[in-house]
Amino acid sequence: MSTATIPGRKKSVLSGLPVISHVNKSVGLQRGMLITGLVLTGLFLLSTVLAPLIAPYGYSQLSDASGAFPTQQAPSGKHLLGTTVGGYDVLSRVLWGSQTAVTVIVVAVAMSIFLGVALGLLSGYFGGWLDRVLVVIADAIYAFPSLLLAIVMSIVISRGQSSFWGGILACAFSITVVFVPQYFRVIRAETIRLKAEPFVESAMVLGASSLRIITRHIFKNATRTLPLMFTLNASEAILTLAGLGFLGFGIEPSSAAEWGFDLNKAMADASSGIWWTGVFPGIAIVLTVLGLTLVGESINDLNDPRLRGRKRAGGKARNKATAGTDGMNTGATTAPEPETGSPEAGKA
Amino acid sequence: MTTNIGNISDQPLPTGQPVLDIERLKVTFATDSGDVYAVKDVSLEVKAGEVVAIVGESGSGKTVTAKTILGLLPETAISSGAVLINGNNVIKVSPSKLRKIRGRDVAMVFQEPSTALNPVFTVGWQIAEGIRAHAADGHRISAKEAKKRATEALRKVGIPDPETRVNYYPHQLSGGQKQRVVIAAALALNPGLIVADEPTTALDVTVQAEILQLLRDLRDKYGTSIVLITHNMGVVADLADRVVVMYQGDVVEEATSRVLFAEPKQDYTKKLLAAVPHLGRNSASEGATERLHQTGKILVEAKNLTIEYPGRLGKPGFKAVDNVSFTVSENEVFGLVGESGSGKSTIGRAIAGLNRATGGSLKVLGYEMLGFKEHTFKPLRKDIGFVFQDPAASFNPHLTIGECVAEPLLIHTHPSPAQARLRVAQLLESVQLPASYAERYPHELSGGQRQRASLARSLALNPRLLIADEPTSALDVSVQAKVLELFKDIQEEFGFAALFISHDLAVVDILSHWVGVLYKGQLVEQGIGSQIMGNPQHGYTRRLIASLPVPDPDEQARRREEHRALLGI
Repeated sequence: MSTATIPGRKKSVLSGLPVISHVNKSVGLQRGMLITGLVLTGLFLLSTVLAPLIAPYGYSQLSDASGAFPTQQAPSGKHLLGTTVGGYDVLSRVLWGSQTAVTVIVVAVAMSIFLGVALGLLSGYFGGWLDRVLVVIADAIYAFPSLLLAIVMSIVISRGQSSFWGGILACAFSITVVFVPQYFRVIRAETIRLKAEPFVESAMVLGASSLRIITRHIFKNATRTLPLMFTLNASEAILTLAGLGFLGFGIEPSSAAEWGFDLNKAMADASSGIWWTGVFPGIAIVLTVLGLTLVGESINDLNDPRLRGRKRAGGKARNKATAGTDGMNTGATTAPEPETGSPEAGKA
Repeated sequence: MTTNIGNISDQPLPTGQPVLDIERLKVTFATDSGDVYAVKDVSLEVKAGEVVAIVGESGSGKTVTAKTILGLLPETAISSGAVLINGNNVIKVSPSKLRKIRGRDVAMVFQEPSTALNPVFTVGWQIAEGIRAHAADGHRISAKEAKKRATEALRKVGIPDPETRVNYYPHQLSGGQKQRVVIAAALALNPGLIVADEPTTALDVTVQAEILQLLRDLRDKYGTSIVLITHNMGVVADLADRVVVMYQGDVVEEATSRVLFAEPKQDYTKKLLAAVPHLGRNSASEGATERLHQTGKILVEAKNLTIEYPGRLGKPGFKAVDNVSFTVSENEVFGLVGESGSGKSTIGRAIAGLNRATGGSLKVLGYEMLGFKEHTFKPLRKDIGFVFQDPAASFNPHLTIGECVAEPLLIHTHPSPAQARLRVAQLLESVQLPASYAERYPHELSGGQRQRASLARSLALNPRLLIADEPTSALDVSVQAKVLELFKDIQEEFGFAALFISHDLAVVDILSHWVGVLYKGQLVEQGIGSQIMGNPQHGYTRRLIASLPVPDPDEQARRREEHRALLGI
């Protein structure tokens, strides 16, 4: 079993890094899940970086030197995964699509973390009317179905027009609006808990200013769960993006490749036996989301000593049944399910 | 009555045959940093009707041993050796067999009665649950029958009016009554052996005395054997027949209670016993006839101080502190004693500006705290140090000890990094920590070391007043003794005034020149420490002092009689 390779107790800088330390800590099935997730996520990122090199054609390319591409052509030597009804090369669209996805994730999650954390810290620390108003707003946003909200936002922001950045920003903004309350709630709950901790009270007794208490004592302690939320929300962001594209609020094919949009166009093909236009973008979405969720859930389990499987004392490795089944469920529920986004939100 | 209950209770085992026999028990835990050997090689016997105490400091393996007796170890543990209960080896038996043994042959009393009971069921239901789980084959116990037996169990543990109380929910009972219910549930099937893991640690001293009395009665009346896990030597002296001292997973010494306290053989036991604070010995105000240190300025002056917590909608507020007056002068150590909920911490926090005074007057360093404003009070904060109860929680886990200790300096005096480093090194030295510890993170220090660092932080700006809120109650006795000694030395060296808050009379007496006793928010008595301990005037103080067990079996037996006489039993 792979656990034999766990390195000695000497800690190098490298093994102290978040994901690497998690791999080292994991055992058995949990390790398998984490590594599968990491491999899938790695492939996804790799295709993002290398898309210009490995994609045979551009994302909006309809012809090459030998003339226009045939439409709805089955996978062949020239078009490895076939072509779509519009005449795009499916393989190229799938590869380029990862670039759009990463951009949207980075922009959306970065914005929502920044806003959510700042608001959560202020609201939790100062309380009072500011807290009440912000909580009501967050609750109101929660009350909307997130996809509906995203659609409204995308109409408001880009009026249905979709240049590359226009489309990306529309998607990112709408995802931000949906995610900010999540980060807000988690950080606010942590802040309220930490505010009653003796070390924060001790800073108060010393006469530290509120700004100093928030930045020096609360911030770092309240944001421990963010890497985890980031991975889980990243998969949700992809699903929201795909959902928007599928409903026609995404990015036009001439501006960027987008899996949801391609799925939408492939709908009509499904009933006429043209499977390749829908299956490949779909697989891309599933594998990316699966990869990110596996990483997120594994890190979540590994961070919690009660869920973490360990080597048996003095014996060989084994997995805790609970942790194993937990992970299985995760794998199966890659379908959009907003509640799985943040395990911390439940505590809040 | 089912037959198996009859077997155990009606025919007491012949003396000499052990109820519990642990042979060469070894327990190992798998952790991230490799295997941890929690219990290395423990053998012990408990005879019928015997109370055996397992004592030791945290990490000695006493609780792990207790959990092994009931087969309650987590999955990460492996154990070897034998734990025989009436001939069954608990380590080897199948889960279904183990379930039968639990409750019927051996039961457990937990430390915290409020978490051991499920808040959504009546106490009667919870006691009956065990009875019904052990119904004899094919024979179901009716709800009525189960309730009758639950009522009976409640009567046994001395709950008044058990017919009514059987329908109560846990929140309707006090802490002591809850612990009685937990004991009743353990007794429901008349097990021959009860494992009590720190059964009185979460309780106030006066309640602790009642629970200890109850456990003693159970042994005397029903011949129940008790394995008592505790760190409190007073409790051991009060109840145990035989004592097993554990240290780092090994049994260090085993002797009858009287022999162990009178002539401990091992060095560890001697050190442990020497560290236990003993009421009436080593008092800071010994021989004093009038209040010490009254020549200096008065730093804290409370006049009819009242602190009220706002109530919920439509309910009156809760008066945590009610009409309390006292003063603390320069150089003086004022000890504030009281049980949980007496308002002692509230007073300390109000002086530090963490709570608001709502009535009367509280002057701190000349500043009126009634309706205080943070920005006008802030300049005075550098003159007030605060030491918190839990040293683990009072440090920011992301800052090094050095950064934590330097924090007050950075806030108030803005030194250069080199100056700050130098001052931190000095401070750490004054609390007997090596200067190199400044680089460490809080979790890399032991509890006692952390509390020293906490003391260093509170002294960073040479405060005129130090508030210490239960600074040693989270520490082991031997560590507590060292921290108390350090506190005493430093107080003499730096000459600050201190408000020392504790629930432990013996600890307060070691440090304080003047002692105030709080009861339900009122200061019922104040005076010179040694006089209050020796000759208490108020009825509550007398009860409090009488119920404090001392680490000496003979003296404790005498005190117990006095206590009973005081209560009129």
